Amino acid sequence: MSATAPPAGTREPGAADERLIRTSPLRSLLGRPELGSVVGAIAVFVFFAVVADSFLRAASLSTVLYAASTIGIMAVPVALLMIGGEFDLSAGVLVTSSALISSMISYQMTANVWVGVLVSLLVTLAVGVFNGVLLTRTKLPSFIITLGTFLMLTGLNLGFTKLISGTVSTKSIADMEGFDSAKALFASEFTFGEVTIKVTILWWIGLVALATWVLLRTRFGNWIFAVGGGPDAARAVGVPVTRTRIGLYMGVAFAAWISGQHLLFSFDVVQSGEGVGNELIYIIAAVIGGCLITGGYGSAIGSAIGALIFGMTSKGIVYAEWNPDWFKFFLGAMLLLATLLNAWVRKRAEATR
Amino acid sequence: MSDQPAPAGTDRPALVELDQVSKYYGNIRALEGVSLEVHAGDITCVLGDNGAGKSTLIKIIAGLHQHDAGTFSIEGEQTRLANPREALDRGIATVYQDLAVVPLMPVWRNFFLGSEPTTGSGPFKRLDVRRMRETTRTELLRMGIDLRDVDQPIGTLSGGERQCVAIARAVYFGAKVLVLDEPTAALGVKQSGVVLKYVAAARDAGLGVVLITHNPHHAYLVGDRFILLKRGTMSASHTKDSVSLDELTRQMAGGSELEDLRHELERAPAPTHLGGPEK
Repeated sequence: MSATAPPAGTREPGAADERLIRTSPLRSLLGRPELGSVVGAIAVFVFFAVVADSFLRAASLSTVLYAASTIGIMAVPVALLMIGGEFDLSAGVLVTSSALISSMISYQMTANVWVGVLVSLLVTLAVGVFNGVLLTRTKLPSFIITLGTFLMLTGLNLGFTKLISGTVSTKSIADMEGFDSAKALFASEFTFGEVTIKVTILWWIGLVALATWVLLRTRFGNWIFAVGGGPDAARAVGVPVTRTRIGLYMGVAFAAWISGQHLLFSFDVVQSGEGVGNELIYIIAAVIGGCLITGGYGSAIGSAIGALIFGMTSKGIVYAEWNPDWFKFFLGAMLLLATLLNAWVRKRAEATR
Repeated sequence: MSDQPAPAGTDRPALVELDQVSKYYGNIRALEGVSLEVHAGDITCVLGDNGAGKSTLIKIIAGLHQHDAGTFSIEGEQTRLANPREALDRGIATVYQDLAVVPLMPVWRNFFLGSEPTTGSGPFKRLDVRRMRETTRTELLRMGIDLRDVDQPIGTLSGGERQCVAIARAVYFGAKVLVLDEPTAALGVKQSGVVLKYVAAARDAGLGVVLITHNPHHAYLVGDRFILLKRGTMSASHTKDSVSLDELTRQMAGGSELEDLRHELERAPAPTHLGGPEK
């Protein structure tokens, strides 16, 4: 930028600013939000390929991908939400809620399971709207709001399930009408060559692609970055901050619905206490994938790589025949490294503020 | 307090006119009976010390707050703005000192934030990225800002440059009134000059400008009208030909109080050990 050029004029041709240093391709690569996670993913992959003989087999890789996809489906909207500057601690149990609603509505109404699936979608989205509206109305931190919904949902899951079915799990709905078609959509698998591919992997890839498109190429995506990076500036230039935030919570709810239906149709019965603690894993995947915990920066692809690291580590330890107790240590160490890298990136981005 | 007739050639209603506007926050009187006019091609400066009510005034014009008394007219039509979006739609663009831009976002995304152009339709409706980048580059170049890379986060620009981007954005989006909140505060002399040049450029482009500042020197360089705020009330209103810089500075800095202080300081002889006269 030439600070001395006249307002209406253009700079003299060839008058390069002496303060500018050409950016090297390496340096611009370092600016990508996913970079840290890609390096981490390669390191984890090489590590387990060396120490675990069975890790590189096709069957193992498909198991790893499946584990990654179940986390990844939720990590995508959680990452978008984090870019928008908020958390959702209720995301983990919302998955269980969604599965429970679907199962219980179907069982109690003895209707087609698709009725339960659709009712579940509506209720799950309503929980997302509830989170979003409460957040934007009260202006309380999302940490508190969603901690509240997290606890309430945990209680409701357990309470309603015991009240209705008498035990902590739902009744089987496998013989009901529509079960097979719903299972085909949410919990089927097919073989590709020798590899078994679970349908969740397709959902995952689809969601990552959709989220990347939305984030980088739509107005809503631009608003997500703005709402997370500078809500006051965003409001001042006319961005619908409230609507954007509620939309992000609905995105989380939608993915929770997909995950919940997968849970239901792959196991037929749902344990009402499941899902607690998963919300942190989604957040970890998003953070490892380069999302700034303070908002305004990150990517959907990063969250996918974060989920992949999660899948490789959790399954890799099994293939290496180690005690799985070590898993959490790896996860924690990676989280720390990723956060340090992110902090450095942010400092660089705001260097001259 | 000097009441000057409106300058010639302003038979059209003012772009923005505030008449005896007041604003209360609970039992706090933030603003009381403030009047100002903004005309196309004019710069109206609002001067005042910290806490004088400048921010409240700007928030009313920008649509962030609603006034509690008095009238607020846009092009002769009495109005009450519901939100900043409505202000923007009515042609009032506000550039804030701290929150003009989102630092982590690239310059081109910042430039179009809130008014992004799209291409395609239905599910394929998408940002017109190529146009956004090109327009950002050319519009900034037209204002004399030559960016190396429109993809750099706007937080990597200096404070003055960010102000200029925000001003260029407002001009590009067809603002009729540009409200600038302390654009030169926290800037060096040279950078302040750059920003003031863009302010003048915006005026020459036919915009009405409201310049909020606590620096009378900057205000006098570009301003046509001056409103002085003091503790929430309007203490003076001048046009440029009715006031000198010295007078403006004197009124701004506390007027007679400062004069007294100066006399007192002059009378006090320097102590001997600091090189004062021997007794």
